[in-house]
Amino acid sequence: MSVLIYIENTEGQLKKSAFEAASYGKAIAEQLQTEAIAISIGNVQDDQIQKLGSYGISKVLNVSTDTLKSFVNQAYASIIASAAKKENASVVILSNTFSGKGLAPRVAAKLSAGIVSGASGVPQISGDTFEVQTSAFSNKAIATVSVQSVIKVLTVNPNAFPAKETGGSTTIEAYTPDIAQADLSTVVQEIVRATDTISLPEAEIVVSAGRGLKGPENWAMIEELAQVLGAATACSKPVSDAGWRPHSEHVGQTGIVVSPNLYIAIGISGAIQHLAGVSSSKTIVVINKDPEAPFFKVADYGIVGDAFVIVPKLIEALKKHKGN
Amino acid sequence: MKILVCISNVPDTTSKITFTNDNTTFNTAGVQYIINPYDEIALSKAVDLAAATNGTVTAITVGDAGTEPTIRKALAIGADNAIRIDALPADAWFVANQIATYARDNNFDLILTGRESIDYNSAQVAAMLGELLGIPSVSVAKGLQVSNGQANIEREIEGGKEMLTSSLPVVVGTAEGVAEPKIPNMRGIMGARSKPLEVIPPATVDPLTKIKSYATPPSRGSVNLIDEDQVEQLVNLLHNEAKVI
Repeated sequence: MSVLIYIENTEGQLKKSAFEAASYGKAIAEQLQTEAIAISIGNVQDDQIQKLGSYGISKVLNVSTDTLKSFVNQAYASIIASAAKKENASVVILSNTFSGKGLAPRVAAKLSAGIVSGASGVPQISGDTFEVQTSAFSNKAIATVSVQSVIKVLTVNPNAFPAKETGGSTTIEAYTPDIAQADLSTVVQEIVRATDTISLPEAEIVVSAGRGLKGPENWAMIEELAQVLGAATACSKPVSDAGWRPHSEHVGQTGIVVSPNLYIAIGISGAIQHLAGVSSSKTIVVINKDPEAPFFKVADYGIVGDAFVIVPKLIEALKKHKGN
Repeated sequence: MKILVCISNVPDTTSKITFTNDNTTFNTAGVQYIINPYDEIALSKAVDLAAATNGTVTAITVGDAGTEPTIRKALAIGADNAIRIDALPADAWFVANQIATYARDNNFDLILTGRESIDYNSAQVAAMLGELLGIPSVSVAKGLQVSNGQANIEREIEGGKEMLTSSLPVVVGTAEGVAEPKIPNMRGIMGARSKPLEVIPPATVDPLTKIKSYATPPSRGSVNLIDEDQVEQLVNLLHNEAKVI
């Protein structure tokens, strides 16, 4: 028996969420008194993979081939499923990233495994009972889900489970499963990366602004605040609908759901749909001139006032803080 | 082009979410149901693609008779016909198997779903369908074009986007950016009444997961309001109390 964890990389560098998935898998392996084994696909060098040892991973299957340098959903899913069989895995862990969302259900279907996406906290396991919590109704509820299959697939949201270094080393095993031609039906043509910004779903701090900013020309101070904090920028739905900011920044029930350590909402009233996308943030700060804005009800800290006055002051105060 | 669009019947985004039967059942009292907003994007794209290729759009849902207003709305937006598989959607595995059973016999060129439903948010059906049908799938698409027998898809990735091509048939889970949601006009609403809505019995499938109970998320303590002239105090609190900067 084992717990198998799929480790994602970006251009050969292991992602932060991959270490979180490793730690999550390790925690479940400890509960099951079994090994945590990882699988990496792509062109990842051994020195990167070795890092997993200190997160409690005892062995890494390394599938290193140019054919799979970029993401090929079907082929990756086939490889992960065959690795799960080879290692007799009872639980398979993936990150609930954009690629993970495409992969995990395919892996589960191949293994006839029940799957829970965005699992929060380690599962309750006793005898044949396997229960885990996840959010439902766009963060408005928490569901306890019982998984009834022999093999279980869980995905874990970025930032939801802290990566934990425990020390140790890992063995690397080159893994070369056959790749069926039918599994190569999608071909990546081009990848466009926003070079100077921080990925919103993975960001630890998010600075978000809404219609209170009055127009796209006023976003410079939001970007500066984000830069001072090392934060990603985000926006409310009306802002992306109006074309002030790209859809990829829209946080909320029908946009991206985030769970950063710190979410700063500026000029956003806090419609229920927006709150659904941010309510699992650890700390929420709201800046709004309307003291009745519903966002204040779910905030940890708030300032009632004009964003155009407060944000520049906040930038200065943060710069001073960083300087000390 | 022959297109299948999977439709989920979900509570309106403004619904108050509460539970009954000892927190084991979603309380549907007073809840308005809508087409899942992401499915609306999928359907709108399908209607455009079908119009451009002299194709057809079939809307499919897994649900009881209570979902019929939602599927009629899909017909009003522009689907040519609709299928309702007469069963409660037990879990994603159950739903994907039901839709796959229908799709296997009907040779679609393209199958669209929303990127996720706003009730269970698991984003599983698109990829499961792809796997069950043995065809490619793309789970969170921001752009979709079809030409010369292949799909050109823009996929969201962390910190950027990826452009890929796929052979047909393919399952695509659509997000914002793929199409502007269409609003049904009066002619569409009138026409929807006479469009075919076929009810078919479910295949025998055992779900693999079951929701045992629900809870509401823990509420936060009351907000600590800081004077607008004391911004430094906020910085101190974030550093020393919340320990997030």
